[in-house]
Amino acid sequence: MKKLASAFAAGLVLAIGLGISGMTNPEKIIGFLDVAGRWDPSLAFVMAGAIGAHVGAAQWALRARRPVEPSALGLPASTGIDAPLVLGAALFGLGWGTAGFCPGPAVVDLVAPSTAVVTFVAAMIAGMVVFGARGAATYRPSAFNPTKISNAPPSPPPKSM
Amino acid sequence: MFTPVPSLIGGALIGTAASVLLILNDRVAGISGIVGGLVEPRRGEVGWRLAFVAGLLLGGLVVAWLVPGSVVPRAGVAPTAFIAVAGLLVGFGTRLSGGCTSGHGVCGLSRFSKRSFVAVITFMATGGVAAFFVQHVLTKVVR
Repeated sequence: MKKLASAFAAGLVLAIGLGISGMTNPEKIIGFLDVAGRWDPSLAFVMAGAIGAHVGAAQWALRARRPVEPSALGLPASTGIDAPLVLGAALFGLGWGTAGFCPGPAVVDLVAPSTAVVTFVAAMIAGMVVFGARGAATYRPSAFNPTKISNAPPSPPPKSM
Repeated sequence: MFTPVPSLIGGALIGTAASVLLILNDRVAGISGIVGGLVEPRRGEVGWRLAFVAGLLLGGLVVAWLVPGSVVPRAGVAPTAFIAVAGLLVGFGTRLSGGCTSGHGVCGLSRFSKRSFVAVITFMATGGVAAFFVQHVLTKVVR
């Protein structure tokens, strides 16, 4: 129950932060990404404010857990850059720069439904379903819970017999 | 329009929310990962995600009331067919790379994660290319 309450509170505060910062307006996202237009650096200030408020907790968590987690989960201690990371981020960026939505603001904007946001979120969930439907033989970051704190890369898929 | 002060304040709230989730729930506030975990549900990993998404939605209502104009129905910044393709790319791409603007951007950079740093540089770059194409090339072709 406590975990549900804290998760709810985190979602609530995060959405209010997204709204105050203007990130729920896709035009502000495009204003930042499209440097050839009327450039709006606001997004960089949002990132700076967010990282400034989170870096202490993140570093604390990393230090508190680092000696335990990688070995406990059978993860390599190194942090590797691999093709799925770069390809996935590249695809995400193409969608982000096209629609001006990333997952958080899109979910928040659902409370003010428009054709754009409803279309986007439905397609985003479809994209996640497609990802989940890929065979077990392919690389799956979700094999390791990606929301858990660690700088280690997701575990590789188990070798098939 | 450049809005440095609301951006910093809103950003600080986002970072605070991420800290709450990390300290009290041991979870990273990556929205694509949280929603993705509902698409592929696993035991013990559903309840807190639903609570978080419920918080996001209520927060949307609260901020819509608190800051008029912040959360309102808007016309898309691209034709609807493009927005649909964009949604697919965002859903698939964030799951493949293991994070989005919140997970890799806010949380990953706060951990000084090299992977997240590479992801952020990558999605900013392709985001810039896509925004330029849609805003300057596509609009001339369509209109």
